[in-house]
Amino acid sequence: MIYLILFAEFFKIGLFTFGGGYAMIPLVKEVVLKYGWLNEFQFLDFLGVCESTPGPIAINMATYIGSTQGGVLGSILATIGVVLPSFIIILLVATILKKFINNKYFQAFLSGIKPVVVGLILSAGIMLVLKVIGFNSLQNFDFSLVSLITFCVLATIYCLIKYVLKKKFNTILFILTSAVAGIVFSVIFV
Amino acid sequence: MKAILELFWVFFKLGLFTFGGGYAMLPHIKEVVIEKKKWLTEDEVLDIIAIAESTPGPIAINMATYIGNKKKGFWGSVFATLGVVLPSLIIIFAISLFFDAFLKNQYVKYAFVGIKCGVAFLILKTGIEMLVKTKKKFLNIFLLSLTLIAMLLCELFAVNISSILFILFGGVLALIIFSICNKKVKQKTDNNQNESLEEKEEEKIDIQKVNSDKEENIKKENLSKNLPKNTKKITKKNKPQNNNKKQKEEVEK
Repeated sequence: MIYLILFAEFFKIGLFTFGGGYAMIPLVKEVVLKYGWLNEFQFLDFLGVCESTPGPIAINMATYIGSTQGGVLGSILATIGVVLPSFIIILLVATILKKFINNKYFQAFLSGIKPVVVGLILSAGIMLVLKVIGFNSLQNFDFSLVSLITFCVLATIYCLIKYVLKKKFNTILFILTSAVAGIVFSVIFV
Repeated sequence: MKAILELFWVFFKLGLFTFGGGYAMLPHIKEVVIEKKKWLTEDEVLDIIAIAESTPGPIAINMATYIGNKKKGFWGSVFATLGVVLPSLIIIFAISLFFDAFLKNQYVKYAFVGIKCGVAFLILKTGIEMLVKTKKKFLNIFLLSLTLIAMLLCELFAVNISSILFILFGGVLALIIFSICNKKVKQKTDNNQNESLEEKEEEKIDIQKVNSDKEENIKKENLSKNLPKNTKKITKKNKPQNNNKKQKEEVEK
Protein backbone atom coordinates (compact mmCIF):
# COMPACT_ATOMS: atom_id res chain seq x y z
CA MET A 1 0.00 0.00 0.00
CA ILE A 2 3.07 2.21 -0.25
CA TYR A 3 1.64 3.60 -3.50
CA LEU A 4 -1.53 4.84 -1.84
CA ILE A 5 0.43 6.40 1.03
CA LEU A 6 2.80 8.14 -1.40
CA PHE A 7 -0.08 9.50 -3.45
CA ALA A 8 -2.10 10.67 -0.43
CA GLU A 9 0.81 12.29 1.38
CA PHE A 10 1.99 14.20 -1.68
CA PHE A 11 -1.56 15.21 -2.55
CA LYS A 12 -1.80 16.78 0.91
CA ILE A 13 1.55 18.52 0.43
CA GLY A 14 0.42 19.90 -2.93
CA LEU A 15 -2.83 21.11 -1.43
CA PHE A 16 -1.30 23.04 1.46
CA THR A 17 1.73 24.59 -0.19
CA PHE A 18 1.06 28.23 -0.87
CA GLY A 19 3.62 30.37 -2.62
CA GLY A 20 5.85 28.00 -4.50
CA GLY A 21 8.48 25.39 -3.85
CA TYR A 22 10.35 26.77 -0.87
CA ALA A 23 7.19 26.87 1.24
CA MET A 24 6.79 23.10 0.89
CA ILE A 25 10.16 22.11 2.32
CA PRO A 26 9.05 21.93 5.98
CA LEU A 27 5.97 19.91 4.99
CA VAL A 28 7.99 17.37 3.01
CA LYS A 29 10.54 17.07 5.78
CA GLU A 30 7.84 16.29 8.31
CA VAL A 31 6.31 13.54 6.16
CA VAL A 32 9.65 12.03 5.15
CA LEU A 33 10.86 11.79 8.74
CA LYS A 34 7.49 10.44 9.92
CA TYR A 35 7.66 7.44 7.59
CA GLY A 36 11.44 7.07 7.87
CA TRP A 37 11.89 7.42 4.10
CA LEU A 38 15.01 9.58 4.53
CA ASN A 39 17.00 10.79 7.52
CA GLU A 40 17.66 14.48 8.09
CA PHE A 41 21.08 14.53 6.40
CA GLN A 42 19.89 12.65 3.34
CA PHE A 43 17.05 15.13 3.13
CA LEU A 44 19.39 18.15 3.16
CA ASP A 45 21.65 16.53 0.55
CA PHE A 46 18.73 15.95 -1.70
CA LEU A 47 17.49 19.50 -1.24
CA GLY A 48 20.74 20.67 -2.82
CA VAL A 49 20.15 18.42 -5.80
CA CYS A 50 16.55 19.65 -6.17
CA GLU A 51 17.72 23.23 -6.31
CA SER A 52 20.31 22.56 -8.95
CA THR A 53 18.39 20.25 -11.26
CA PRO A 54 15.71 21.51 -13.61
CA GLY A 55 12.07 21.64 -12.64
CA PRO A 56 10.02 22.84 -9.70
CA ILE A 57 11.39 21.72 -6.33
CA ALA A 58 8.05 20.15 -5.40
CA ILE A 59 8.08 17.84 -8.42
CA ASN A 60 11.70 16.88 -7.88
CA MET A 61 11.04 16.00 -4.25
CA ALA A 62 7.97 13.93 -5.06
CA THR A 63 9.71 12.07 -7.89
CA TYR A 64 12.81 11.27 -5.86
CA ILE A 65 11.01 10.04 -2.77
CA GLY A 66 8.47 8.14 -4.87
CA SER A 67 11.25 6.49 -6.83
CA THR A 68 13.29 5.43 -3.80
CA GLN A 69 10.21 4.09 -2.01
CA GLY A 70 8.16 2.56 -4.83
CA GLY A 71 10.16 2.47 -8.06
CA VAL A 72 8.78 3.87 -11.32
CA LEU A 73 5.14 3.59 -10.29
CA GLY A 74 5.88 5.19 -6.94
CA SER A 75 7.57 8.20 -8.52
CA ILE A 76 4.74 8.67 -11.02
CA LEU A 77 2.03 8.43 -8.35
CA ALA A 78 3.80 10.79 -5.94
CA THR A 79 4.28 13.33 -8.74
CA ILE A 80 0.66 13.11 -9.84
CA GLY A 81 -0.33 13.54 -6.21
CA VAL A 82 1.63 16.76 -5.79
CA VAL A 83 0.47 18.21 -9.13
CA LEU A 84 -3.23 17.37 -8.97
CA PRO A 85 -4.39 19.90 -6.32
CA SER A 86 -2.92 22.93 -8.09
CA PHE A 87 -4.11 21.63 -11.44
CA ILE A 88 -7.71 21.38 -10.26
CA ILE A 89 -7.65 24.68 -8.37
CA ILE A 90 -6.19 26.66 -11.26
CA LEU A 91 -8.77 25.20 -13.66
CA LEU A 92 -11.50 26.39 -11.29
CA VAL A 93 -9.89 29.80 -10.82
CA ALA A 94 -9.42 30.20 -14.58
CA THR A 95 -13.12 29.65 -15.26
CA ILE A 96 -14.14 32.01 -12.47
CA LEU A 97 -11.48 34.52 -13.43
CA LYS A 98 -13.02 35.02 -16.87
CA LYS A 99 -16.19 36.37 -15.24
CA PHE A 100 -14.37 38.41 -12.62
CA ILE A 101 -11.65 39.96 -14.74
CA ASN A 102 -13.75 42.94 -15.88
CA ASN A 103 -15.20 43.74 -12.45
CA LYS A 104 -13.70 47.08 -11.38
CA TYR A 105 -13.34 46.08 -7.74
CA PHE A 106 -11.46 42.95 -8.77
CA GLN A 107 -9.30 45.13 -11.02
CA ALA A 108 -8.55 47.41 -8.07
CA PHE A 109 -7.62 44.36 -6.00
CA LEU A 110 -5.25 43.11 -8.71
CA SER A 111 -3.70 46.58 -9.15
CA GLY A 112 -2.61 46.41 -5.50
CA ILE A 113 -1.24 42.90 -5.88
CA LYS A 114 0.99 43.66 -8.85
CA PRO A 115 3.53 45.92 -7.11
CA VAL A 116 3.69 43.44 -4.23
CA VAL A 117 4.56 40.62 -6.63
CA VAL A 118 7.28 42.75 -8.23
CA GLY A 119 8.65 43.46 -4.75
CA LEU A 120 8.60 39.75 -3.92
CA ILE A 121 10.50 38.80 -7.07
CA LEU A 122 13.02 41.59 -6.57
CA SER A 123 13.68 40.56 -2.97
CA ALA A 124 13.99 36.90 -4.03
CA GLY A 125 16.56 37.95 -6.64
CA ILE A 126 18.60 40.04 -4.20
CA MET A 127 18.57 37.32 -1.54
CA LEU A 128 19.59 34.65 -4.05
CA VAL A 129 22.55 36.71 -5.25
CA LEU A 130 23.65 37.26 -1.64
CA LYS A 131 23.25 33.54 -0.87
CA VAL A 132 25.20 32.48 -3.94
CA ILE A 133 28.09 34.71 -2.93
CA GLY A 134 28.01 33.12 0.51
CA PHE A 135 25.81 35.26 2.74
CA ASN A 136 23.42 32.91 4.56
CA SER A 137 22.31 35.02 7.51
CA LEU A 138 23.73 37.71 9.80
CA GLN A 139 25.76 35.15 11.73
CA ASN A 140 26.65 32.81 8.90
CA PHE A 141 28.87 34.31 6.20
CA ASP A 142 30.85 31.97 3.98
CA PHE A 143 32.36 34.01 1.14
CA SER A 144 32.86 32.28 -2.21
CA LEU A 145 35.26 34.00 -4.59
CA VAL A 146 34.48 31.63 -7.47
CA SER A 147 30.78 32.46 -7.29
CA LEU A 148 31.45 36.19 -7.16
CA ILE A 149 33.69 36.06 -10.24
CA THR A 150 31.28 33.79 -12.12
CA PHE A 151 28.41 36.10 -11.27
CA CYS A 152 30.24 39.23 -12.47
CA VAL A 153 31.35 37.53 -15.69
CA LEU A 154 27.79 36.33 -16.41
CA ALA A 155 26.39 39.81 -15.76
CA THR A 156 28.97 41.26 -18.16
CA ILE A 157 28.10 38.69 -20.81
CA TYR A 158 24.43 39.57 -20.45
CA CYS A 159 25.08 43.31 -20.80
CA LEU A 160 27.29 42.67 -23.86
CA ILE A 161 24.56 40.63 -25.57
CA LYS A 162 21.79 43.03 -24.67
CA TYR A 163 23.34 46.49 -25.10
CA VAL A 164 26.42 46.09 -27.33
CA LEU A 165 25.52 43.29 -29.73
CA LYS A 166 21.77 43.97 -29.34
CA LYS A 167 20.90 40.35 -30.05
CA LYS A 168 17.98 38.35 -28.71
CA PHE A 169 18.68 36.88 -25.30
CA ASN A 170 18.32 33.13 -24.91
CA THR A 171 17.82 31.89 -21.34
CA ILE A 172 18.66 28.25 -22.05
CA LEU A 173 21.98 29.16 -23.70
CA PHE A 174 22.67 31.45 -20.76
CA ILE A 175 22.19 28.61 -18.23
CA LEU A 176 24.48 26.35 -20.27
CA THR A 177 27.07 29.15 -20.41
CA SER A 178 26.85 29.59 -16.66
CA ALA A 179 27.48 25.85 -16.14
CA VAL A 180 30.60 26.07 -18.31
CA ALA A 181 31.73 29.24 -16.55
CA GLY A 182 31.26 27.51 -13.18
CA ILE A 183 33.50 24.61 -14.24
CA VAL A 184 36.17 26.88 -15.78
CA PHE A 185 36.47 29.28 -12.83
CA SER A 186 36.31 26.48 -10.26
CA VAL A 187 39.20 24.70 -11.99
CA ILE A 188 41.23 27.92 -12.21
CA PHE A 189 40.66 29.26 -8.70
CA VAL A 190 40.31 26.18 -6.48
CA MET B 1 -4.00 19.02 -32.17
CA LYS B 2 -0.99 20.89 -33.49
CA ALA B 3 -1.57 23.71 -31.00
CA ILE B 4 -1.81 21.23 -28.12
CA LEU B 5 1.44 19.58 -29.15
CA GLU B 6 3.04 23.02 -29.35
CA LEU B 7 1.87 23.78 -25.79
CA PHE B 8 3.33 20.48 -24.65
CA TRP B 9 6.64 21.12 -26.37
CA VAL B 10 7.03 24.71 -25.12
CA PHE B 11 6.32 23.70 -21.52
CA PHE B 12 8.54 20.63 -21.84
CA LYS B 13 11.41 22.95 -22.72
CA LEU B 14 10.46 25.29 -19.86
CA GLY B 15 10.50 22.37 -17.43
CA LEU B 16 13.81 21.14 -18.81
CA PHE B 17 15.66 24.41 -18.29
CA THR B 18 14.12 25.73 -15.10
CA PHE B 19 16.71 25.39 -12.39
CA GLY B 20 15.96 26.22 -8.79
CA GLY B 21 12.21 26.51 -8.44
CA GLY B 22 9.39 28.83 -9.40
CA TYR B 23 10.87 32.30 -9.78
CA ALA B 24 13.72 30.96 -11.87
CA MET B 25 11.11 30.08 -14.46
CA LEU B 26 9.91 33.66 -14.89
CA PRO B 27 12.63 35.01 -17.20
CA HIS B 28 12.18 32.10 -19.57
CA ILE B 29 8.38 32.23 -19.38
CA LYS B 30 8.47 35.92 -20.18
CA GLU B 31 10.78 35.35 -23.12
CA VAL B 32 8.72 32.56 -24.65
CA VAL B 33 5.14 33.37 -23.69
CA ILE B 34 5.19 37.16 -24.07
CA GLU B 35 7.80 37.91 -26.71
CA LYS B 36 8.03 34.84 -28.89
CA LYS B 37 4.57 33.23 -28.85
CA LYS B 38 2.56 36.31 -27.78
CA TRP B 39 0.18 34.09 -25.79
CA LEU B 40 -0.10 36.58 -22.93
CA THR B 41 0.65 40.24 -22.22
CA GLU B 42 2.99 41.44 -19.47
CA ASP B 43 0.00 42.44 -17.32
CA GLU B 44 -1.62 39.02 -17.67
CA VAL B 45 1.60 37.33 -16.59
CA LEU B 46 1.68 39.48 -13.44
CA ASP B 47 -1.96 38.57 -12.75
CA ILE B 48 -1.15 34.87 -13.09
CA ILE B 49 1.86 35.17 -10.82
CA ALA B 50 -0.35 36.79 -8.20
CA ILE B 51 -2.94 34.02 -8.56
CA ALA B 52 -0.27 31.33 -8.60
CA GLU B 53 1.27 32.75 -5.44
CA SER B 54 -2.02 32.83 -3.59
CA THR B 55 -3.19 29.34 -4.58
CA PRO B 56 -1.50 26.15 -3.45
CA GLY B 57 1.09 24.35 -5.53
CA PRO B 58 4.28 25.11 -7.43
CA ILE B 59 4.15 28.26 -9.57
CA ALA B 60 5.34 26.38 -12.63
CA ILE B 61 2.35 24.02 -12.49
CA ASN B 62 -0.10 26.87 -11.92
CA MET B 63 1.34 28.77 -14.85
CA ALA B 64 1.25 25.78 -17.20
CA THR B 65 -2.31 24.85 -16.24
CA TYR B 66 -3.56 28.41 -16.66
CA ILE B 67 -1.95 29.07 -20.03
CA GLY B 68 -2.89 25.63 -21.35
CA ASN B 69 -6.49 26.17 -20.31
CA LYS B 70 -6.56 29.63 -21.84
CA LYS B 71 -5.17 28.51 -25.20
CA LYS B 72 -6.83 25.14 -25.69
CA GLY B 73 -9.24 24.40 -22.84
CA PHE B 74 -9.05 21.32 -20.66
CA TRP B 75 -6.76 19.21 -22.85
CA GLY B 76 -4.46 22.17 -23.36
CA SER B 77 -4.03 22.45 -19.61
CA VAL B 78 -3.45 18.70 -19.26
CA PHE B 79 -0.71 18.65 -21.90
CA ALA B 80 0.97 21.88 -20.77
CA THR B 81 1.12 20.57 -17.18
CA LEU B 82 2.37 17.19 -18.39
CA GLY B 83 5.02 18.97 -20.42
CA VAL B 84 6.35 20.98 -17.51
CA VAL B 85 6.37 17.95 -15.17
CA LEU B 86 7.88 15.33 -17.46
CA PRO B 87 11.50 16.59 -17.69
CA SER B 88 11.96 16.72 -13.91
CA LEU B 89 10.22 13.39 -13.54
CA ILE B 90 12.64 11.74 -15.97
CA ILE B 91 15.78 13.52 -14.77
CA ILE B 92 15.15 13.06 -11.05
CA PHE B 93 14.20 9.44 -11.62
CA ALA B 94 17.52 8.88 -13.37
CA ILE B 95 19.38 10.74 -10.62
CA SER B 96 17.65 8.74 -7.90
CA LEU B 97 19.22 5.60 -9.36
CA PHE B 98 22.78 6.88 -8.91
CA PHE B 99 22.37 9.82 -6.55
CA ASP B 100 25.59 9.48 -4.58
CA ALA B 101 27.86 8.94 -7.56
CA PHE B 102 26.26 11.95 -9.24
CA LEU B 103 26.99 14.31 -6.33
CA LYS B 104 30.55 13.08 -5.89
CA ASN B 105 31.55 14.03 -9.41
CA GLN B 106 33.76 17.11 -9.08
CA TYR B 107 32.73 18.63 -12.41
CA VAL B 108 29.03 18.24 -11.71
CA LYS B 109 29.60 20.22 -8.51
CA TYR B 110 31.52 22.92 -10.36
CA ALA B 111 28.85 23.20 -13.02
CA PHE B 112 26.23 23.71 -10.30
CA VAL B 113 28.26 26.55 -8.79
CA GLY B 114 27.99 28.32 -12.14
CA ILE B 115 24.33 27.43 -12.66
CA LYS B 116 23.40 28.86 -9.26
CA CYS B 117 25.09 32.15 -10.19
CA GLY B 118 23.31 32.24 -13.54
CA VAL B 119 19.92 31.54 -11.95
CA ALA B 120 20.43 34.24 -9.31
CA PHE B 121 21.36 36.75 -12.00
CA LEU B 122 18.32 35.86 -14.13
CA ILE B 123 15.87 36.31 -11.25
CA LEU B 124 17.43 39.62 -10.24
CA LYS B 125 17.30 40.77 -13.85
CA THR B 126 13.61 39.85 -14.11
CA GLY B 127 12.86 41.74 -10.91
CA ILE B 128 14.63 44.87 -12.16
CA GLU B 129 12.87 44.70 -15.54
CA MET B 130 9.51 44.46 -13.79
CA LEU B 131 10.46 47.33 -11.50
CA VAL B 132 11.23 49.54 -14.50
CA LYS B 133 7.89 48.68 -16.11
CA THR B 134 5.81 49.34 -12.97
CA LYS B 135 3.74 52.52 -13.23
CA LYS B 136 5.25 55.18 -10.97
CA LYS B 137 2.18 55.86 -8.80
CA PHE B 138 2.44 56.53 -5.07
CA LEU B 139 0.52 53.39 -4.06
CA ASN B 140 2.62 51.18 -6.36
CA ILE B 141 5.92 52.55 -5.08
CA PHE B 142 4.74 52.34 -1.48
CA LEU B 143 3.61 48.71 -1.75
CA LEU B 144 6.65 47.67 -3.75
CA SER B 145 9.23 49.14 -1.41
CA LEU B 146 7.32 47.96 1.67
CA THR B 147 7.31 44.38 0.36
CA LEU B 148 10.94 44.54 -0.68
CA ILE B 149 12.18 45.89 2.66
CA ALA B 150 9.97 43.59 4.72
CA MET B 151 11.04 40.49 2.79
CA LEU B 152 14.73 41.36 3.02
CA LEU B 153 14.46 41.99 6.77
CA CYS B 154 12.60 38.70 7.22
CA GLU B 155 15.33 36.89 5.34
CA LEU B 156 18.14 38.56 7.31
CA PHE B 157 16.64 37.67 10.65
CA ALA B 158 15.44 34.24 9.47
CA VAL B 159 11.78 35.04 10.18
CA ASN B 160 9.19 33.27 8.07
CA ILE B 161 6.32 35.42 6.85
CA SER B 162 4.18 33.94 4.12
CA SER B 163 4.23 35.94 0.88
CA ILE B 164 0.46 35.38 0.70
CA LEU B 165 0.07 37.87 3.53
CA PHE B 166 1.84 40.59 1.54
CA ILE B 167 -0.23 39.82 -1.54
CA LEU B 168 -3.49 39.97 0.39
CA PHE B 169 -2.41 43.19 2.13
CA GLY B 170 -1.62 44.89 -1.20
CA GLY B 171 -4.87 43.79 -2.79
CA VAL B 172 -7.06 44.79 0.15
CA LEU B 173 -5.36 48.17 0.55
CA ALA B 174 -5.85 49.00 -3.14
CA LEU B 175 -9.48 47.85 -2.91
CA ILE B 176 -10.20 50.08 0.09
CA ILE B 177 -8.59 53.14 -1.50
CA PHE B 178 -10.48 52.47 -4.72
CA SER B 179 -13.88 52.18 -3.03
CA ILE B 180 -13.34 55.32 -0.93
CA CYS B 181 -12.31 57.40 -3.97
CA ASN B 182 -15.23 56.00 -5.93
CA LYS B 183 -17.66 57.06 -3.21
CA LYS B 184 -16.36 60.62 -3.02
CA VAL B 185 -16.74 61.14 -6.75
CA LYS B 186 -20.29 59.82 -6.65
CA GLN B 187 -21.23 62.09 -3.72
CA LYS B 188 -19.95 65.22 -5.50
CA THR B 189 -21.98 64.57 -8.61
CA ASP B 190 -25.04 63.86 -6.48
CA ASN B 191 -24.69 67.16 -4.63
CA ASN B 192 -24.40 69.16 -7.84
CA GLN B 193 -27.56 67.65 -9.25
CA ASN B 194 -29.50 68.08 -6.05
CA GLU B 195 -28.98 71.87 -6.12
CA SER B 196 -30.90 72.19 -9.36
CA LEU B 197 -33.93 70.30 -8.04
CA GLU B 198 -37.27 71.59 -6.78
CA GLU B 199 -37.43 72.28 -3.08
CA LYS B 200 -39.71 69.46 -1.92
CA GLU B 201 -37.90 66.69 -3.72
CA GLU B 202 -34.63 68.20 -2.67
CA GLU B 203 -35.59 68.06 0.99
CA LYS B 204 -36.74 64.44 0.79
CA ILE B 205 -33.63 63.29 -1.00
CA ASP B 206 -31.38 65.31 1.22
CA ILE B 207 -32.85 63.77 4.33
CA GLN B 208 -32.44 60.34 2.84
CA LYS B 209 -28.94 61.16 1.77
CA VAL B 210 -27.91 62.60 5.09
CA ASN B 211 -29.22 59.51 6.82
CA SER B 212 -27.49 57.17 4.44
CA ASP B 213 -24.31 59.25 4.62
CA LYS B 214 -24.30 58.99 8.39
CA GLU B 215 -24.75 55.26 8.16
CA GLU B 216 -22.00 55.05 5.59
CA ASN B 217 -19.59 57.03 7.72
CA ILE B 218 -20.30 54.89 10.73
CA LYS B 219 -19.80 51.79 8.64
CA LYS B 220 -16.60 53.19 7.21
CA GLU B 221 -15.22 53.89 10.65
CA ASN B 222 -16.12 50.44 11.86
CA LEU B 223 -14.73 48.84 8.74
CA SER B 224 -11.45 50.67 8.81
CA LYS B 225 -10.82 49.25 12.28
CA ASN B 226 -11.00 45.64 11.21
CA LEU B 227 -10.00 45.67 7.60
CA PRO B 228 -9.43 42.26 6.10
CA LYS B 229 -12.65 40.54 7.06
CA ASN B 230 -14.94 43.35 6.06
CA THR B 231 -13.58 44.46 2.73
CA LYS B 232 -15.93 42.13 0.95
CA LYS B 233 -18.80 43.74 2.78
CA ILE B 234 -17.69 47.18 1.59
CA THR B 235 -17.96 46.12 -2.00
CA LYS B 236 -21.30 44.47 -1.42
CA LYS B 237 -22.74 47.48 0.36
CA ASN B 238 -21.52 49.83 -2.31
CA LYS B 239 -23.39 48.21 -5.11
CA PRO B 240 -26.97 48.63 -3.85
CA GLN B 241 -26.25 52.22 -2.83
CA ASN B 242 -24.89 53.00 -6.23
CA ASN B 243 -27.97 51.49 -7.78
CA ASN B 244 -30.21 53.63 -5.57
CA LYS B 245 -28.35 56.75 -6.59
CA LYS B 246 -28.65 55.85 -10.25
CA GLN B 247 -32.40 55.32 -9.81
CA LYS B 248 -32.69 58.70 -8.09
CA GLU B 249 -30.84 60.36 -10.93
CA GLU B 250 -33.16 58.78 -13.45
CA VAL B 251 -36.23 59.91 -11.51
CA GLU B 252 -34.82 63.41 -11.33
CA LYS B 253 -34.36 63.56 -15.07
